[in-house]
Amino acid sequence: MSLAKRIIPCLDVTNGRVVKGINFLELRDAGDTVEIAKRYDDQGADELTFLDITASSDNRGLILHIIEQVASQVFIPLTVGGGVREVEDVRRLLNAGADKVSINTTAVLNPQMVADAASRFGSQCIVVAIDAKKVDNQPFQWEVFTHGGRKATGLDAVKWAEYMAKLGAGELLVTSMDRDGTKIGFNNPLNRAISDAVDIPIIASGGVGNLQHLVDGVQQGGADAVLAASIFHYGEYTVKQAKEYLAQHGIEVRL
Amino acid sequence: MRKIDIAVVDYGMGNLRSVSKALEHVAPSKNVLVTSNPDDIANAHRVVFPGQGAMPDCIRELDLRGLRDAVLHAAENKPFLGICIGMQMLFDHSEEGDAAGLALLKGNVKRFAAADMKDSGGAKLKVPHMGWNQVYQAKPHALWQDIADGERFYYVHSYYVQLEDDSLTSGYSEYPSPFTSAIAINNLFAVQFHPEKSANAGLQMLSNFVRWKP
Repeated sequence: MSLAKRIIPCLDVTNGRVVKGINFLELRDAGDTVEIAKRYDDQGADELTFLDITASSDNRGLILHIIEQVASQVFIPLTVGGGVREVEDVRRLLNAGADKVSINTTAVLNPQMVADAASRFGSQCIVVAIDAKKVDNQPFQWEVFTHGGRKATGLDAVKWAEYMAKLGAGELLVTSMDRDGTKIGFNNPLNRAISDAVDIPIIASGGVGNLQHLVDGVQQGGADAVLAASIFHYGEYTVKQAKEYLAQHGIEVRL
Repeated sequence: MRKIDIAVVDYGMGNLRSVSKALEHVAPSKNVLVTSNPDDIANAHRVVFPGQGAMPDCIRELDLRGLRDAVLHAAENKPFLGICIGMQMLFDHSEEGDAAGLALLKGNVKRFAAADMKDSGGAKLKVPHMGWNQVYQAKPHALWQDIADGERFYYVHSYYVQLEDDSLTSGYSEYPSPFTSAIAINNLFAVQFHPEKSANAGLQMLSNFVRWKP
């Protein structure tokens, strides 16, 4: 027996509430952030990821307050992302009780920030989020996008993953923008290509619609952890059911 | 002089809130103080020595704050819990940045050799070793009370301790080879994993520490 594969519920948070959109439209309120975090902890979640999707900068400070509340009641690793622009943002989130901070657009605009944050706080707390899409107009298969999938960067997602690992990222959160919100499963070829290219763990994200997708993410995509939002938020499955399903399919989990 | 039940040593490296919140959760009546003052550490009944980041930086920051002697004194005289880098720093030397440790204990801190590491199915093992792994208890100890042998704890690290004296090993995990993940000697207990992030098993260990009378 060895290291367990992790199941990570993801909470999109705006103005203190957990929401879930379908293709970024029609945000549905899924409930109070602290309550939901506690529920997932009780169900056996291995970690929690919070993405702050608050649009206005006025309300950005709210996430710090929420993380403080969650961190005093939930004793599993907490990752926070969304709007992380400078090393100081990383420090504020860690001080609020985050264990890891996820950096997305800023990593593309200013890769040195990833290196600076990793050397200041350690690679263990720096997650680089990579949003990738399948493209036909490039000499590579998957391109990195920023700004919630709207802006192409010209970067090869696999090469980018290698570079981020070299700069000091401790983990990669790989989201397939083609799959996000579709419920047709992870992009396993993309995840496999990145997982094989780097030594650091990868979290697969985007597209989970059922429990078999989680199994495929691990077995076909080579993911060290699988992230999902909507299948858990609306009570389709509990985290415990997901873990039992993985265990039945020969995947080591913490039960 | 103020009464301090538990001092959490703060040498300016990252998130100590998790450790202090978890201690407050298991011991609501105790006074938990996150401190970088050597006098507080000297006065505390119990000391927790956490750690995050790179070991050379941790040692440097510890010395900048004049905490070395207070930590070493506590490690030899009162209930003391080292966590992660807080365990690694107690040893002679680390491969990370070729850094000298506090040299309280004999041994070296080595990096996992990612290139050579495969699981039983032949899949590549990642470094850092990140996530929930089983911890096997090498011998009974007050801090293992009410914790199942083989219980999973949360790890995140790329380096591990190689002891000169294996009799100090109180617990171990496999990745893929066995490595020491808990040590015990007299009033000192130290772990490579993060009890403050290990859900109920971790809280049980912290609760055991708070009540431990070595």
